[in-house]
Amino acid sequence: MTNATNAMTKTGAGTGQDVDRSEVEPIVAAFQGRQGAIIPLLQEIQRRFGYVPKTAVDVISEKMGVYPVELYGILTFYAQFYLEPRGKHTIKVCQGTACYIMGGKLLLDQLEEDLQVHDGETTEDGQFTLETVACLGCCGMAPVMMVDGDFYGSVKTNILDSILEHYREQDKQ
Amino acid sequence: MNDRRETAAGRIMVCTGTSGISSGAEQVAAGLERELDSRNLRDAWHVVRTGDRGLFQDVLVDVIPPEGERVTYVKVKPKDVGTIVEEHLVGGQPVKRLAAGKRYDDFFATQQRIVLTNCGEIDPEDIDEYLDRGGYDALKQVLAMDPDALIDEVEKAGLRGRGGAGFPTGTKWRFARKAQGVSKYIICNADEGDPGAFMDRSVLEGDPHAVLEGMAIGAYAIGAKQGFIYCRAEYPLALKRLDIAIAQAKERGLLGEGIFGTDFSFDVSVVQGAGAFVCGEETALMSSIEGHRGIPRPRPPFPAQSGLWGNPTNINNVETFANVRHIVLRGADWYAAIGTESSKGTKVFALAGKVKNTGLVEVPMGTTIRQLVEGPGRGMAVKRLKPKAVQIGGPSGGCLPETIWDTPIDYASLSETGAIMGSGGIIFMDEKSCMVDVARYFLEFTVKESCGKCVPCRVGLKRMLEAINEIARGEGTLAHLDFLEDMAHTIQQTALCGLGQTAPNPVLTTLRYFREEYEAHIVDKKCPAHVCTDLIEFVVDEEKCTKCGLCFKACPAGAITWQKGEFAKIDQEKCTKCRSCINVCDFMAIR
Ligand SMILES: Cc1cc2nc3c(=O)[nH]c(=O)nc-3n(C[C@H](O)[C@H](O)[C@H](O)COP(=O)(O)O)c2cc1C
Ligand code: FES
Repeated sequence: MTNATNAMTKTGAGTGQDVDRSEVEPIVAAFQGRQGAIIPLLQEIQRRFGYVPKTAVDVISEKMGVYPVELYGILTFYAQFYLEPRGKHTIKVCQGTACYIMGGKLLLDQLEEDLQVHDGETTEDGQFTLETVACLGCCGMAPVMMVDGDFYGSVKTNILDSILEHYREQDKQ
Repeated sequence: MNDRRETAAGRIMVCTGTSGISSGAEQVAAGLERELDSRNLRDAWHVVRTGDRGLFQDVLVDVIPPEGERVTYVKVKPKDVGTIVEEHLVGGQPVKRLAAGKRYDDFFATQQRIVLTNCGEIDPEDIDEYLDRGGYDALKQVLAMDPDALIDEVEKAGLRGRGGAGFPTGTKWRFARKAQGVSKYIICNADEGDPGAFMDRSVLEGDPHAVLEGMAIGAYAIGAKQGFIYCRAEYPLALKRLDIAIAQAKERGLLGEGIFGTDFSFDVSVVQGAGAFVCGEETALMSSIEGHRGIPRPRPPFPAQSGLWGNPTNINNVETFANVRHIVLRGADWYAAIGTESSKGTKVFALAGKVKNTGLVEVPMGTTIRQLVEGPGRGMAVKRLKPKAVQIGGPSGGCLPETIWDTPIDYASLSETGAIMGSGGIIFMDEKSCMVDVARYFLEFTVKESCGKCVPCRVGLKRMLEAINEIARGEGTLAHLDFLEDMAHTIQQTALCGLGQTAPNPVLTTLRYFREEYEAHIVDKKCPAHVCTDLIEFVVDEEKCTKCGLCFKACPAGAITWQKGEFAKIDQEKCTKCRSCINVCDFMAIR
């Protein structure tokens, strides 16, 4: 839950130009007048832009009649929302109970070390965002990690390098 | 909906739930279709993508020929597809080398599948498959009943909520029925926050209509017209299949206005959770549906009196709803005959950790922990290592030592041990797991997920975590243990919601059953399981080392030297203390 807060203070997100109002307004219009619309609307915004830009918060605040502070309250409460753009690839390391018991913490520690980021942060070059998740639903292959849509099971620390390299290579092509 | 369902003579089923897909099931299913296409056999065989049947790490494929017996294949790889088609579908000879054997049979032998009966057997995206197996018959039957009589039936069956606390479902429905209100709501809790559990997801992925039908029956009982399913966003496949199921049910008039020609109307919407454990708590969940931060509030008033937008609301778990149709169809007496005095029916468990077979199992209430590990689990994964503990109930549950694994799993027996039934996550551990570390893992989780509204939970849990961290670093004193116990009891009694009230359980149970392990950290400054980094020397114990070289291969820092027939050696200068070596060594030779 603290990731979004960190992200805000770290980058001072929202200071620069992010997206154009005209891109946001039609999305907001579709949700106006619906009961309990705020969270689904924010989810839709994030699906569109990959994160929730400041402009979107401003537009929602105006059109839906809620204070920005309330919106930021929601955005920072739920782990799902991001206030800054994400890396090209998202690495999800499972820290569910089974993966933890089978050494998932070792993977997380090693990735944090290798990429020089913490859980929820994006690498300086914008290539990877590191995240933890609780149970990816394939505990039989613990410890498990996922890069974008690809699953990696029974992962050992000594193959992490080659997994990351695969995605770096992919980007070069 | 799918023509081949009726016209094709043979049927091939591939388990493509999340677990199946992660093991490559989609490639196998697509491969089968391509192979059938290229041989012009596509219309003779109906390829069905089912949910997961429960056995993990395996891609399961079932062939049901027009004549002859059904054959189950396990661990199928895309390269095996050609062989299956050639030898079995065309040649009529099952492929022996891929056929399921004892391991598969053992996994299912001791199970009694009621909730999971359709999982892995039907195409969850085709309503006709559900209807073929008696789908929506229970709803039809119920609509001719008096709602009070229906509630009596559910009460008599003894069904208790599967979301954790085990509250009698019939009683809850009666409260909601009696409540006065213009509109009433029914909610299905599919937030499944326990970080080691995936029962609800598998049910939603494998048999979504069973949940919808259960909700519709509940709605009729209490007098609700609108239902919500609060499902976590991390479950994209479950969400997709729910959407499809709802659309198909509406198309057939099984949801919507005037169902089965009666004046009963019922509609369901899906709400996506946004990633907060506390939103599984019912009052927080409703706050989240209303569009706010998911923060719990004190009860009473209970949801039955004042729930969603202040209206009478009934909330049940996915598995609770999935049981309902079976009670209606087969009767309360049949249901009440399964299980124990305090706990009726079956329970679905997510079996994981250091057991040979992992996956989803459904057993009658009252099955012992040992029967679970020895039956479907097929025993501990590493024979050489002593079984140590089982964690039941996730962050609200506890760790139970191997000495009491003969405890029957039912609500009453489990609460005597200090654990809880919880939602069904069950994780086995051997002597390589440190109980101090496991307690710390769950505390870290609850500290992170505490919503911060009440002081005992927000501050108290943090203090407990700090104390445990000190113990794990070897800086603890025996007074730390008294502090932990004191604080745990205070939080249990004073926290606002179930999250805080139960969060101390992992610490209390490990203190109760594994106190000597805490003392080893404090007095001897040793972690007997070699997990707590600060208490490990990272030297090879030559009395235990078998010179196998696994640690050498696992070390990402190049700090270990080893040659065939020689003891491994760790270079202290290069060692980063990452514990990769310890993780792979089943001889516990690195201390
Ligand atoms: C912190 C916390 C998390 C919870 N998470 C869930 C959950 O993920 N799924 C669930 O069904 N119930 C969860 N519950 C229990 C619900 O509050 C509620 O009791 C349950 O949904 C009622 O359904 P049942 O009577 O069918 O069990 C949670 C409770 C607490 C205190
Ligand atoms: S705990 Fe990692 S996949 Fe379940």
